[in-house]
Amino acid sequence: MARMISYCMRIIEIPMLYLQKRLGISRLAWVFLLPNLLLFGLFAFLPVVLNFVYAMTGSDQILLQDRTFVGMGNYQTLTSCEDFLNPNSCKDDLFWRAVYNTFWFVLLQVGFMVGFALLTALMLNSKIRARGFFRSVFFFPVLLSPVVVALIWKWILQREGLANAALEGMGFDTINWLLDRHWAFFWSVFISVWAHMGFYTLILLAGLQAIPRDVYEAASMDAASPFRTFRRITLPLLMPTMIVVLVLSLIKSVQTFDEVYAFTGGGPGSATTLLIQYVYETGFAGTPRLFGLASAASILLAVVLVILTCLQLWASRRNVNG
Amino acid sequence: MGKAIAFLTRTRGRGDGSQRLHWTDWFTYGYLFLGIVLMFGPVVWLVMSSFKTDAELNNFPPRFLPYAQESVVLDGHKKPLPLFTVTEGELAGTQVAQVRRVGIVSQMVKLDAPDEIIKIKVKEREPVEKLALAWENYTDLFKRFNFLQFLWNSTFITIISTLIMLLVNSMAAFALSKYEFRGRTTVLALIIGTLMIPQTVVLVPLFLVVREMGMINSLWGVIIPGAATPTGVFLLRQYMLTIPDEILDAARMDKASEWKIYWRIILPLSAPAIAVLAILAIMWRWNDFLWPLIVLSRTENFTLQLALNSFQGEMQTQWSSLLAMTVLTLLPIAVVFAFLQKYIATGIASTGGK
Amino acid sequence: MANLHLQDIKKAFGSIEVIKGVNLTVNHGEFCVFVGPSGCGKSTLLRMISGLDTVSSGRIMIDDDLVNDVAAADRGLSMVFQSYALYPHMSVRQNLSFGLENLNTPRKLIQQKIGEVAAMLQIEELLDRKPKDLSGGQRQRVAIGRAVVREPRIFLFDEPLSNLDAELRVDMRAEIAQLHKRLGNTMIYVTHDQVEAMTMADKIAVLRAGVVEQFGAPLDLYHYPVNRFVAGFIGSPKMNFLNGQVVSAVRGEVSLAAGRGMALQADSFDLADNAEVVAGIRPNAVSIAELNEADVTVEVHGVERLGGESYLYTRTSDGSSVTVNIQGETSQEIGQTVGLSVDVDKVHLFDRETGISLRRQQA
Repeated sequence: MARMISYCMRIIEIPMLYLQKRLGISRLAWVFLLPNLLLFGLFAFLPVVLNFVYAMTGSDQILLQDRTFVGMGNYQTLTSCEDFLNPNSCKDDLFWRAVYNTFWFVLLQVGFMVGFALLTALMLNSKIRARGFFRSVFFFPVLLSPVVVALIWKWILQREGLANAALEGMGFDTINWLLDRHWAFFWSVFISVWAHMGFYTLILLAGLQAIPRDVYEAASMDAASPFRTFRRITLPLLMPTMIVVLVLSLIKSVQTFDEVYAFTGGGPGSATTLLIQYVYETGFAGTPRLFGLASAASILLAVVLVILTCLQLWASRRNVNG
Repeated sequence: MGKAIAFLTRTRGRGDGSQRLHWTDWFTYGYLFLGIVLMFGPVVWLVMSSFKTDAELNNFPPRFLPYAQESVVLDGHKKPLPLFTVTEGELAGTQVAQVRRVGIVSQMVKLDAPDEIIKIKVKEREPVEKLALAWENYTDLFKRFNFLQFLWNSTFITIISTLIMLLVNSMAAFALSKYEFRGRTTVLALIIGTLMIPQTVVLVPLFLVVREMGMINSLWGVIIPGAATPTGVFLLRQYMLTIPDEILDAARMDKASEWKIYWRIILPLSAPAIAVLAILAIMWRWNDFLWPLIVLSRTENFTLQLALNSFQGEMQTQWSSLLAMTVLTLLPIAVVFAFLQKYIATGIASTGGK
Repeated sequence: MANLHLQDIKKAFGSIEVIKGVNLTVNHGEFCVFVGPSGCGKSTLLRMISGLDTVSSGRIMIDDDLVNDVAAADRGLSMVFQSYALYPHMSVRQNLSFGLENLNTPRKLIQQKIGEVAAMLQIEELLDRKPKDLSGGQRQRVAIGRAVVREPRIFLFDEPLSNLDAELRVDMRAEIAQLHKRLGNTMIYVTHDQVEAMTMADKIAVLRAGVVEQFGAPLDLYHYPVNRFVAGFIGSPKMNFLNGQVVSAVRGEVSLAAGRGMALQADSFDLADNAEVVAGIRPNAVSIAELNEADVTVEVHGVERLGGESYLYTRTSDGSSVTVNIQGETSQEIGQTVGLSVDVDKVHLFDRETGISLRRQQA
């Protein structure tokens, strides 16, 4: 294997050496960049441009020349509502349901996740034994695939699953968890917190460990109570990390699709349909394939993401400077 | 036992020298142990369940360990017969084998008299069970489903995409960290720009591009776009900036070509960063779901994740195969994690996610 | 044979010119040292010779071949870097063989050459170690070994000893000088340490702000510095500078601002009456004298007794500092006023305005 790679590299060296002689060293940099720029150009930059074109065209054809120009029609379809707070009054009610679901999902998921991540990080940062072990306990679900996460919990929550067994053992009636819209939403948020919390715990823990010990020692010399120490020292010093964590989790939460889709399929009804699922189903799963509508929806989503990313860049810059 | 408790409750030397646990310590450990149950519990439950027979899976309330009913082969009966213990009546306590069941009555035979049918009510018997791992759940995957095909698809996509990503990203990172050239800042800005547009918001046009390149329903349609992530370029560039330029100069004096400098000097010296990126890339590609879902629509092209998702719809009642498949999908990541967990944790913390 | 000619070499980064026209010839077998304060352009000059940097204008000739456009690798030079720049992931043996492999040298020959060089530099037992397991001095040897093994036409050294501690530096200095003697190659050595320059060089080029101030043999530079900068830079402790004025050009009489007049050999200098000058007097050209016979009167504000010799750090009435080197011990104490007499044969005179030496060039 190693010999084969070494052999390949030696073969590539021949044209590279020729280019080096022809172009000179500083222009050779472009040769090194070329494959990457090609990939980015084709699969990142070009799609961004095309996305705007799609959003302004209709019909279910994928090829641009077969599509009809509709201007802002797709956006109008998406945004024509009699009452924005009532999805039923909208022309595309599923879109608005997805928007509201996503809104509540993000609010709850980010709130609980960052809250528990902070609590866990604080616990892990206190004087405990086997910190490494506990850290990996909370971290390992991050590595699981979304489908696996969904199936693990689906198995527990199925009609004759562990959760219902526990309920019955305690003398309650069993519940059909995933067929009840409120419970299904709750568990969607829950598994998403379960799966991603460890990641933010890790970042917060790193932030906590970056706070110098002597600050705490100074505080204990000043006879500050633990609660006061937390409020006046830990929290302010952790703030930059907290902001990064918050923004990062917002960015990811808005794009949630995999685990919820595999978990509930968006149901019951459209109770757990999130925005990305709307895009996927409008553009790819349903017939006719409404590419234009899907593009328009994803552009609206992209606007939110760009704002959040700018926030993140701003926060991490502040973090570095501070 | 007492010693063990003493060991567990000993704290790391508090300032006042006391060895007792403060209530906050109890709270901390309580929280953490609850964490173990909540985090590990579901996975342990999944693994346990995957070794249960269909019959055991349908039992409610479920039991923790996998049991299977014992059976015996008796003269005059072709198939092995399930064993029961009689609970009531004059035969209470004896083991009998069930030949067939009619309504609420079982037709049983004594073990020493296999031809003589006795009728016993269903309520008055209890199955004889033993601990047994239902390996057939796993072997069935290979026999009855195209499991190997899915495994191969996932593995192929993961490995090839990771390799392409490492090669292409490290080349770009090398150029961006070690060469002065006009347009460098522009390229860097463009790459930062791609951070803002994740794949999820360009699904439709990306589909067109991939389709036009004839890669729909081909593993390459997942592999190639997957390699275009900016994270790797940043991670590697940041690391390569720490390699002193004098080493490159030394290599140039040693008559090494720029390409040779890249693969004999820069690549080996960036090994730690490359390892981190490789682990991340493997994880991303192995767990990928949405994009393969769009690109791969034929069953023979499915990755493990897609297969799992589609089977959970088709095999609603066949949990035994589904659970075994879930365990097998989870296994590679679990193994990687067990060996490299420290690497992964620091790696992920250092990139700050995607 | 490997001669190096630099013709009117210039280098500019943007609009900032860092090398302002260097002309230099290093003959085959010479050990040439570029010395100067940091930022004088000596390393840039070396990198241009090596081919790692390009020249903005001018010609670099090696053995009468123009090499301006020849890549670093093809100039037949090798270089020892300040940070050693050993390949951290390769063993010492691989570090030495990397360059030879790139030249497609047969394996056997590579092993043979490495063996010879390792024996010469006494690094045989280090061959299978990684650079991180070596001490600073050992790394230095390996770095030199890597340069030697390629048998270059010219060796380039870029401040190779600056990362070593003082004691090791002295040892390595001797060793490099010995290496030069043994190999007989042309060597170009960059340093900011004039002691290194004086002890090792056949020829020294003193650089300041991108200009070669003086180029010549070490003792020529010491005895006949062309200007005040070179005079101050070469020699340790530094030369003392005292302001003065020419009283009589014909008789060679110069009055010192802080003392009496001195009568110099008039025909050694180009003097003009009443010219403002600076007298340069090395610490070993002054001695303690009776106050009434002294050329200069100074106040002691520091004494260093080293046993074999002593240094007095003194100040004149107009504030110029004068260092005095005394053989043996001294009884002077801080705060004392002492008289100094000057060895007039060893006095240098410089134009106060331009700093150019007023001493006539040797015929």
